[in-house]
Amino acid sequence: MSEPILKVEDVHAFIGQHHILQGVTFDAKADAVTVLIGRNGAGKSTVIRTVMGLLPSSKGKIVYKGSEIHKKKPYEIARMGIGFVPEDMGIFTGLTVEENMRVAMLHDDENTAQRLERTLDMFADLRKFWKREAGNLSGGQKQMLSIARAIVNDTSLLLIDEPSKGLAPIIIESVIGVINQIKTNCVVILVEQNFHMASSVGDRFHILDDGVVIHSGLMEELVVDEDLKSHYLGISKESG
Amino acid sequence: MSETTFRGWGRGIAVFGTVAIFLFPLMGMPAKTYLTLTIAGLAMGMLLFLVASGVSIIFGLMDVLNFAHGALFAWGAYVGFSTFKVLMNWVEADSVFQNFAVFFIAIIAAIVVVGLIGILLETIIVRRVYGSHLFQILITFGATIVLVELIRVFWGPNDEVMTVPLTFRGNWDVMDVIVDRYRIICIVIGLTLYGIIQLILKKTKLGTIVRAGVENREMVQAMGHNIFLLFTGVFAAGAGLAALGGLAMAIFSLQVYPDMGSTYLLFAFIVVIIGGLGSVTGSLVGALIVGLSYNYVAYLVPWAAAGANIIIMIIILLVRPRGLFPVGK
Repeated sequence: MSEPILKVEDVHAFIGQHHILQGVTFDAKADAVTVLIGRNGAGKSTVIRTVMGLLPSSKGKIVYKGSEIHKKKPYEIARMGIGFVPEDMGIFTGLTVEENMRVAMLHDDENTAQRLERTLDMFADLRKFWKREAGNLSGGQKQMLSIARAIVNDTSLLLIDEPSKGLAPIIIESVIGVINQIKTNCVVILVEQNFHMASSVGDRFHILDDGVVIHSGLMEELVVDEDLKSHYLGISKESG
Repeated sequence: MSETTFRGWGRGIAVFGTVAIFLFPLMGMPAKTYLTLTIAGLAMGMLLFLVASGVSIIFGLMDVLNFAHGALFAWGAYVGFSTFKVLMNWVEADSVFQNFAVFFIAIIAAIVVVGLIGILLETIIVRRVYGSHLFQILITFGATIVLVELIRVFWGPNDEVMTVPLTFRGNWDVMDVIVDRYRIICIVIGLTLYGIIQLILKKTKLGTIVRAGVENREMVQAMGHNIFLLFTGVFAAGAGLAALGGLAMAIFSLQVYPDMGSTYLLFAFIVVIIGGLGSVTGSLVGALIVGLSYNYVAYLVPWAAAGANIIIMIIILLVRPRGLFPVGK
């Protein structure tokens, strides 16, 4: 296994008075899709937001490619090559698809133009609805736009928060396909409650509960471990 | 029902309401009087737009309630007043070129000086109270007191007469309708500024980022943009717009006085509430509604003029609480 691209060490974070992250420690390897899973309220999204700098950490360290980023501002972290797809997709609904992509593009150079073309090849609907207001896209199309924005720059690490939320099963399959394509070019950390998606794209997993990582391992092991799934994820043998 | 449908309704209400306000008074007055009042209303509306658009963008993008906006408006008026005093020979000259030249010099001076004040205000004071409307109100109200007192220190406490450039004085007689020259100039300035702002917002990357930030500040940051630098720039631009409004209003009303900002700040907030936060088009439509209705009501029912706009604002708040053209969260 390669060296970790991201190391989260004993990170604590508060939302108001609530101590959400109570010493999260995990790492994301450069050649694997890392999945953060766990019950509602475990702190999964909070981890992603803290890595992205959108929530300050009160203690601990976050190291990305050897540089500490836990004190950096979100725009500085984004410019280091970290893309972010939030839980609510974060689409600018009053802007067109084109304008959403232009906001995402940090440089106006040839490389970015080529990446834009490759991204639009991956997401054919976005090319088709290029001039359409993003608020008029379907749920699946909005999710594709949100992912496309996050990878149009030279992204080394992609943080995706619950991309399957609110999507129909057939769209979830499309998103799985997209993430499997993306992971060949950049490292992905995925937060997901949908076990089917998590197991379809993930290589390694970390289970969060009450703001700490309680179990880690290879996804192929979790898929066959019914006791683990049932105990920590509430997934019964029939539904899993 | 989708946001698009509601936006369509909002636009429909705006168009219908504006046309109704525009045409209804024709039933109660002679046509020539109606035209004179309409031009006065449009001119007043354009002046209010200059002040309100800055408030709208600052509140819409930065979620900052800036009660110092009126003081910035007054500063713009006074900088313009001083510019005219220094270049009085150009103000009084019987030359269209010199009259317009001194007017544009005054505009630039007002925007630059007040823009710099805006940058200082935002970086030193406002930035510390992001996220707290109560503290924003308190601290910007305090800034207002300081800025108005500074006006008294630099220019004195008394009202001053604002000299109008010669070309801007007088009227045109258009088919027996008396049209004040400066009111037409105000309308042209307002429309030109609206065009420039829309061009920047719709056709430049900076404008696109501002519009994105009005919808979702956090996401703009997460996409690699320094939202704080953007905030400072937008605040300075808003201050510049206030300054331009102050200068234009000073010429319109023929006077400057230290507290002149507070009167128009109230109108500006009414305009923003009617038009919708963060929307420049909303500010324009709202300003025109306020300007036209004030002038028509002042003629038809003088005692109700002051309250008419409050009533319109209440109706809008009941029917469309986010205003006619809301944007963002």
